Amino acid sequence: MNSTMLRTSAARSALRAAAPKSSTRAGLAGTTFVRGKATLPDLSYDYGALEPAISGKIMELHHKNHHNTYVTSYNNFSTQLEEAKAKSDIAAQIALQPLINFHGGGHINHTLFWENLAPTNQGGGDPPTGKLAQAINESYGSLDSFKEKFNTALAGIQGSGWAWLVQDTQTGNVQIRTYANQDPVVGQFRPILGVDAWEHAYYLQYQNRKAEYFKAIWDVINWKAAEKRLK
Amino acid sequence: MRSIMKSSVAFVSFLFTTSTIASDQQPFQFEAMAAPSHTLPALPYAYDALEPHISAQIMELHHSKHHQTYVTNLNAAMKTQAEAVHTSDIPTQVSLQAAIKFNAGGHINHSLFWQNLAPASSPEAKPSSAPSLVSQIKSTWGDEAAFREAFKAALLGIQGSGWGWLVKVETGAEQRLAIVTTKDQDPVVGKGEVPIFGVDMWEHAYYLQYLNGKAAYVENIWNVINWKTAEERFLGTRADVFKLLKTSI
Ligand SMILES: [Fe+2]
Ligand SMILES: [Fe+2]
Ligand SMILES: [Fe+2]
Repeated sequence: MNSTMLRTSAARSALRAAAPKSSTRAGLAGTTFVRGKATLPDLSYDYGALEPAISGKIMELHHKNHHNTYVTSYNNFSTQLEEAKAKSDIAAQIALQPLINFHGGGHINHTLFWENLAPTNQGGGDPPTGKLAQAINESYGSLDSFKEKFNTALAGIQGSGWAWLVQDTQTGNVQIRTYANQDPVVGQFRPILGVDAWEHAYYLQYQNRKAEYFKAIWDVINWKAAEKRLK
Repeated sequence: MRSIMKSSVAFVSFLFTTSTIASDQQPFQFEAMAAPSHTLPALPYAYDALEPHISAQIMELHHSKHHQTYVTNLNAAMKTQAEAVHTSDIPTQVSLQAAIKFNAGGHINHSLFWQNLAPASSPEAKPSSAPSLVSQIKSTWGDEAAFREAFKAALLGIQGSGWGWLVKVETGAEQRLAIVTTKDQDPVVGKGEVPIFGVDMWEHAYYLQYLNGKAAYVENIWNVINWKTAEERFLGTRADVFKLLKTSI
């Protein structure tokens, strides 16, 4: 699953986002370590810039603590995976797969999430245009009806997870899919737009009123970023 | 088809119905199915009784909002289920299974959780209130500290939302202790499994106080584990545990 994941465009863009620091860190990883280490990408806006939809406190904890833990853990298990491969220890490689999936997924998902959010004065909430607007209208009738279906999908997640607007790489069609925990959008589907439905994404501000968070987040959705992901 | 209907009826009746037990031998009674409505059990202590380990704000939201939502959604799903059974609408019955498992699980888990917590200053919160259980914990993990380490590692290893449980597993005349983690609201209801105590590892259980520091929450929860309840569940049967649950429903 690891190698598949790294071949996806999502993983490449996540790694690209981390590119400036990876060259300086690569040397520390030792000679057997081919890939650069994942690093926490900078946000292109301030922590408080998404208020009132998402509080500055949530953004800071979410980015600096939660996302960073995924990065650190991914690098740690990734190193262990390299060692297991070097020793041809297949059992150890298999045992590491769920950890790579979870922490690597957490890194990819959050990287894409930060990119598909924007403050209202930087285009957050401005409706999609062009091909993406057309695809949404064809599949859902209107943007409002799409948002309603997306919010229903978010509300239906049992536990922690994400809802994504994805593009089917086989048909080119867009659809809404939910993913458990940190399962990343890989394989047949291409991530276009994601919303974090883990409680840490909203709890300090919305507590159990998650429907209010799902409603408010559309004010800071960066549709321009989503449009660029559509092929 | 019948097997699906019967098993869902049996599942619900076993756990919740106090008046009528629908078993495979008895004819199904629609009235019995439609009537029971589950209610939020009262906490056996005040919202602030677990401070400073679990804040009053967390306890109040957790009990009056989160647990209540599971109860509300369970009742709604059961009502729809009863109607679907009545009209032999099998696709609807099957489609409701996930919602029933999730919300019934949420109701069961939280009901057991409240009972297996106690104020830190109370005698129930001392492991000495559970002599038989502690003795088996020691023979299983070596000592209490090793058990706590193993339990902590299991809790922190949960990927996403879920629960950690100490479970008594009965296989024939034999019984052993096991640390079990479950995802989301999956309850510990397997044959021969007796849940002894559980720890909620959903973020709503600790986030307002501990933020992303869930290891500290897991450390502190030991101060408020109700060992007296744990001992009773350990010495009792699976049916006893859920009988306790029924009295609060
Ligand atoms: Fe998150
Ligand atoms: Fe059948
Ligand atoms: Fe909970």
